[in-house]
Amino acid sequence: MKALVWEGANELAVRQVPDPQLRNEQDAIVRVRKTVTCGSDLHLLGGYIPFMERGDVLGHEFLGEIVEVGPQVRNHKVGDRVVVCSFVSCGKCWYCQHQQFSLCDNGNTNPMITENVWGSAPGGCYGYSHALGGFAGSHAEYIRVPYADQGAFTVPDEVSDERALFASDSAPTGWMGADLAGVKPGDVVAVWGAGAVGQMAARASVLLGADRVIVIDRLDNRLQMAQTHLGVETLNYEQQDVSGELLERSGGRGPDVCIEAVGMESHSSGPQFWYDQVKQQLRIESDRPIAAREAIYNCRKGGSVFVLGVFAGLVDKFPLGAVMNKGLTLRGAQQHGQRYIPMLLERMARGELVTEHLATHTMPLDEAPRGYDMFKQKLDGCVRAVFQPTS
Amino acid sequence: MRWLIGGAVVVAGGMVARRLLGGTDQGDGHRQRGQTQRRGPRWHVATVNRPAGDVAPGGQLPEPLAGLGDAVEVQLRPAPGDQGTEIAVRLRDGSRLPVAAAARRATGRDPEQAIRAALRESKQLIETSEVLHPDYPPTTEPTPMNKPLRMATQQGRREGRL
Repeated sequence: MKALVWEGANELAVRQVPDPQLRNEQDAIVRVRKTVTCGSDLHLLGGYIPFMERGDVLGHEFLGEIVEVGPQVRNHKVGDRVVVCSFVSCGKCWYCQHQQFSLCDNGNTNPMITENVWGSAPGGCYGYSHALGGFAGSHAEYIRVPYADQGAFTVPDEVSDERALFASDSAPTGWMGADLAGVKPGDVVAVWGAGAVGQMAARASVLLGADRVIVIDRLDNRLQMAQTHLGVETLNYEQQDVSGELLERSGGRGPDVCIEAVGMESHSSGPQFWYDQVKQQLRIESDRPIAAREAIYNCRKGGSVFVLGVFAGLVDKFPLGAVMNKGLTLRGAQQHGQRYIPMLLERMARGELVTEHLATHTMPLDEAPRGYDMFKQKLDGCVRAVFQPTS
Repeated sequence: MRWLIGGAVVVAGGMVARRLLGGTDQGDGHRQRGQTQRRGPRWHVATVNRPAGDVAPGGQLPEPLAGLGDAVEVQLRPAPGDQGTEIAVRLRDGSRLPVAAAARRATGRDPEQAIRAALRESKQLIETSEVLHPDYPPTTEPTPMNKPLRMATQQGRREGRL
């Protein structure tokens, strides 16, 4: 089959790879209809997560049709149109049974790497390096889906492929950030990052009853998109004083909830960007935590900060003093998608959650390297590039 | 950029190597007594999200653990906080020099690795009824750059904190 593979840092190619096979009785094989770039892929692409091999298939946010099932798959059959959670989770271990699906004990076939680096292994993730299981990704014609009854969700007829696609990762990740950060009616919420995950976190905050939701980015097209499609306020950090604006818009208190949806390649208009950039390139620190620092600094006393952006390792100048002295609650997680996807599909069916605007560019899989270049460089207003492997 | 990845792989490889040489010591004082001293067999413990009766029905352990036979000692106990059952396993026979243990681990012939693999597989069998396999056939190919990573992932199927 055809697939987009990682050939080395900043090197992608579409080439033939072996078709996936059922390896376990709870597996399904899905023919991929739509698969989309994610900002976290850029960390792999750029070589910041050193657990990739030449030939690894990228992609973890996708939708398709089941073409084969193992004998223990009970809830799905051939022909089902499904959206698949990006995390591989068994649904049976203690973490899954406590709705913390991305922490699954059994979903990662290479647990040693993350147990050494982080102390414990989270579950697996499609197309996200051998640290998270080495599972082939979704930028391919077909993909193997382990624990299919747990991770694949039938899409209601009234929800289009274009909308349901984002129920795989962006929407549940964003929703989880707002939910686990404790957004409640009356809150002021600030979201750093107007990519798909940041926009979904902002929309979730609105739906959870936040009084004001403010999205922060540097790209006007994304901020305009957030205003138009989500009904939220925006701040352009290259043109406005973020701290001053947030204080002014929150009665001088600071936001009740601050959500970081940027991750380890954060940008800034100030000298701190170059400080972190140099240290990251020299591998003195692995991640640039600029937005996380700002979220902590600007959060109100006793408020809540949630880290949704992907971080891999170690950061420098982390404001632990602010966390402690302001009594903040700091939390983060990879997405517990299985917990939210059924509810999100219902909201999509009712029109409460729209996502089509995120897919700014759609193209055949053959053009995926160009799509990633557009996505990485933010060319032509690209927010997400969607690939259609079997169109 | 290649050198950056290479550097990162070396760092990661170093962490793995440190792990190999350090065993699974977690502050029990072995290091304070020096790396040349013999140490007794360690308990390896996994918590399974099932009651003890499901872990060893009729006293019969799951095959991966039962297959270790009399070489190991096994204890079952309820996990606190209603988290299931703790399975603790250790080698019955004697102490070993850390250097010898590290050499065995590096070559994949350490019986402690067999214990960890058996614990991991048993936990998966009890909780999910099967052992999750990696994708096959692979889409990747061996290169000089990914050789350390391939060694690490091969080791990773045996190792881990379980």
